Amino acid sequence: MARIVGGLTTSHIPAIGNAIARELFEEPYWKPFFAGYPPVLAWLDKVKPDLAVVTYNDHGLNFFLDKLPTFSVGAAAEYRHADEGWGLPVIQPFQGDAEFSWHLINSLVADEFDIATCQEMLVDHGFTVPMSLCWPEYEKFPIKTIPICINTVQHPLPTPARCYKFGQAIGRAIESYEKDLKVVVIGTGGMSHQLDGERAGFINKEFDLMCMEKIVDEPESLTRYSIHELVRLAGAQGAEFILWLAMRGALGNKVRKIYSNYHIPISNTAAGVLVLEKE
Amino acid sequence: MKQESQPESPIPGTYMFDGKAAMKGYALNKMCYSFNQAANRAAFLRDEDAYCGQYGLSAEQREAVRERNVIRMIKAGGNIYYLAKLAGLLGLNVQDVGAQQTGMTLEAFNAKLRAAGD
Repeated sequence: MARIVGGLTTSHIPAIGNAIARELFEEPYWKPFFAGYPPVLAWLDKVKPDLAVVTYNDHGLNFFLDKLPTFSVGAAAEYRHADEGWGLPVIQPFQGDAEFSWHLINSLVADEFDIATCQEMLVDHGFTVPMSLCWPEYEKFPIKTIPICINTVQHPLPTPARCYKFGQAIGRAIESYEKDLKVVVIGTGGMSHQLDGERAGFINKEFDLMCMEKIVDEPESLTRYSIHELVRLAGAQGAEFILWLAMRGALGNKVRKIYSNYHIPISNTAAGVLVLEKE
Repeated sequence: MKQESQPESPIPGTYMFDGKAAMKGYALNKMCYSFNQAANRAAFLRDEDAYCGQYGLSAEQREAVRERNVIRMIKAGGNIYYLAKLAGLLGLNVQDVGAQQTGMTLEAFNAKLRAAGD
């Protein structure tokens, strides 16, 4: 049977993709951010997952407002990055696992999550940046991936409670897969940031650190926020925290914190990374 | 837990991109979405007015684009993720856009971001 080895969360700011392409790892601006990742890589090297299930949000590469699903699941053999319009270098494609995808899709719909299915799905920085951070040598050591996209573009966004339950359903799907696979669940995005409006540049360190603490042992306390409250406390785009809650839902009740790092700012954003092991 | 019956109080300086905004901003956002393709970016740069006309931007949206005024674009229904593609095409990154919207210099905006970490 498939088994969840743990979960991790990481911000997915586009500037990180540029910094990786330009190898700015040692620059003073970037050093404290990239210093947060060797322990993540060491943990991945230890648990050696076969498959990464990644919750992310599309920022206008694969989906437009003509058809905008709340939850969508990749069902392709391969997922390609593409030109996002503002200069982020396009990186290599990622391997999918369509057989697993269809198990996930069947299980989610049976579990009353009526997702959209995507046999073609371009993945943007929301997916590619976390993958580049966690698998810097992806071309040499690829891992199969399942992108799961959650709408954070157009309100109404799914509530934190709904995303947590969606994560629980993802967890049940993974653990009912017949093949022996080790699965890591990755939640991306966040933490607090706001790009638009006169409130642009809003960051809330206190709220972020509280979320990073509570998501370990008391995730349900975080599911009580409304999206509106999340926007107020974490910024308009800080609502991406729902993607972290989906990851946490998949892990089940008891987890152990392996590692965390938090750094302000990267671009307009507070960057957080967290590794959790399932107990 | 928030009760459904309680109206949400507005968050100053924040524009929720909801159904109303999505309808209002459709043409502008659709044009910005087209900038994922290099050929479309080139076409915009070649003849901005013609390109905006092709997407049926409202007079207000065309004026906002002409002025490079991001807040005005947002008030005209623009979504920041699509607008970022237009901003990128105009050589502006998200700090430039943040500085413009807050009426700060780029230096002051960056200092504000750094100070959030203290």
